[in-house]
Amino acid sequence: MDISWDLLLNAIVAGLLLGGFYAAVTAGISISFGMLDIVNIAHPAFVILGSYIAYYVNINLGIDPILVSIIVLPAFYALGALVYQVYYMSFERRGQESLRGLAFFFGLLFVTEVSLILVFGVDYRYVEAAYIGPSLHLAGLELPLRMLVPCLVALATFGALELFVTRTFLGRAIMAVSQDQLALQLMAADPIRIKRIAFGISIAVASIAGALLIIIQPVEPSVGRDYIGRVFAICVLGGLGSLPGALIAAFLLGVVESLTSTFYGPSWAPAVSFGFLLLTLAFRPAGLMGR
Amino acid sequence: MNTATFSIITAAVGLAVMALFHWLSVDYAYFAGYTILQFIVLATAWNILGGYCGYVNFGTAAFFAIGAYSSVFWYKFHPLPIPLLIVLGAVVSGIVGLGTGYLTLRLRGAFFSIATLAMAVVFQTLVVNWDFVGGSRGAYIIHPENFELAGLEVHYIEYLFALMLLLAVIALATARTIERSRLGYGFATIRDDELAAEACGVPTLRLKLIATTLSGAFMGMAGAPFPYYIGYLQPQSAFALDYAVNSIAMPMIGGTTTWVGPLVGSILLGSAQQYATVTISSAVNLLIVGLMLVAFVIIAPNGLIGLVKESLRARRRS
Repeated sequence: MDISWDLLLNAIVAGLLLGGFYAAVTAGISISFGMLDIVNIAHPAFVILGSYIAYYVNINLGIDPILVSIIVLPAFYALGALVYQVYYMSFERRGQESLRGLAFFFGLLFVTEVSLILVFGVDYRYVEAAYIGPSLHLAGLELPLRMLVPCLVALATFGALELFVTRTFLGRAIMAVSQDQLALQLMAADPIRIKRIAFGISIAVASIAGALLIIIQPVEPSVGRDYIGRVFAICVLGGLGSLPGALIAAFLLGVVESLTSTFYGPSWAPAVSFGFLLLTLAFRPAGLMGR
Repeated sequence: MNTATFSIITAAVGLAVMALFHWLSVDYAYFAGYTILQFIVLATAWNILGGYCGYVNFGTAAFFAIGAYSSVFWYKFHPLPIPLLIVLGAVVSGIVGLGTGYLTLRLRGAFFSIATLAMAVVFQTLVVNWDFVGGSRGAYIIHPENFELAGLEVHYIEYLFALMLLLAVIALATARTIERSRLGYGFATIRDDELAAEACGVPTLRLKLIATTLSGAFMGMAGAPFPYYIGYLQPQSAFALDYAVNSIAMPMIGGTTTWVGPLVGSILLGSAQQYATVTISSAVNLLIVGLMLVAFVIIAPNGLIGLVKESLRARRRS
């Protein structure tokens, strides 16, 4: 078979850039699902919500979408803390999180999606910024800035999270809550408070991921569903609760998806993540960097 | 009441409903009634796995669409009578259910739920790329308005309605039979404490696989006549998330531990939706379903049936 090396190289680089963005979307899930054991399938809906906020402010006030997402971080954090409080009061405290908790998040996902449809309609929306459009050219490689900028922002976010989790007291407490709640209580830390903070952070990251998403591609309310499979596939493949694992898995998925859409057509790309998920579950449920 | 009596009573109720609709003889009643019956089948099917075993399936739309697209496939390849299509749809969806269950059910429950969500996306991808069944353009299914069955002139929509009614009766009878059988008790042990059940020698994996297969097969059955009902099938409508939300919301609102819950939930929510679609808009009616789902899981964890039981108990005590 005659494979053009240029095409292959470009596909791999595009995949790496895409993977960086996936890492940002997954970071929130890595915390909520991986560390707190909360199966927040509504996470992509929060990402889309972030996209629409970035879109709305960008179109009306002309502020850079990434800047918008950073400004609304506290609001998203509060939203996350609120959602966790409801979740805790209604399900976790009663030990009913498996069935009803899942249905709750599914309902949230659906309500967010339908509300966005009612407000904005089903048309694709996009933002405007200086870095959307031009590309860097580097020795035959094409680096579109609309992919490069989100990738760099995503990596910065991811790095900050990893530092926070491994270096600060609060971050270590979040890691601890996933391992042994009782022990944490004995250290005079309230596990519920720690979890609320962690969940708030996971939703706050969704705001940034949302802004990145709408820079990369036009967004309509149901786009989030395509990401459910991807983010959970990345999270499981990387190993639950492992941020570095999730990063590697995100790059891997990005590259494989990019190769698939380059050589077989973009309509096949969504199937890749499911293949990854099933293979991981079947052969190595602990993931790449699993404990 | 034993199973045989129950089945006879359900069948009698089914016949009465059929007689009522025939007497009404309004086309719209058949169309609306078909949708509600379809939801009874889907909700009951979901409840076999979700309510009895406690495993959440988000992929109702996928199983439903597999049933529907197996009918489209046969329509293009070699048209078959609808009852046969229902059986075929059930077989294909059942096998898919078994496969998904086998790969994911050995792990924690959440993985199964996530896999079913992702599965819907993948099957949609497959269908979009499969030109034989219409691809993303969709497929037209043409059928006569009336046709002859055993010498009688039958109205087509009435025929579809009768088939779906039959399916609903079968689904309800099956669900209740399971509830009262060893199988049902096995399912309940899984729902309450899977580890303890395993330790007591309950073959949990086998039971879970039976549940996923059955549940998937019923969803496929509900989907098989759908192309004939709708006339034009495209991936976006067959894989719509609405089916997944409805089939979770209906048992949750009715109550998940008995066969009555999904029935009550589907009739209530199904009729309300028909009403809202006609009078307000279809997007708003979906919003209502979503909000009701969230409200019910928070406020009334055991659904309407649970609320009724509680109030009865409270009255007895006072």
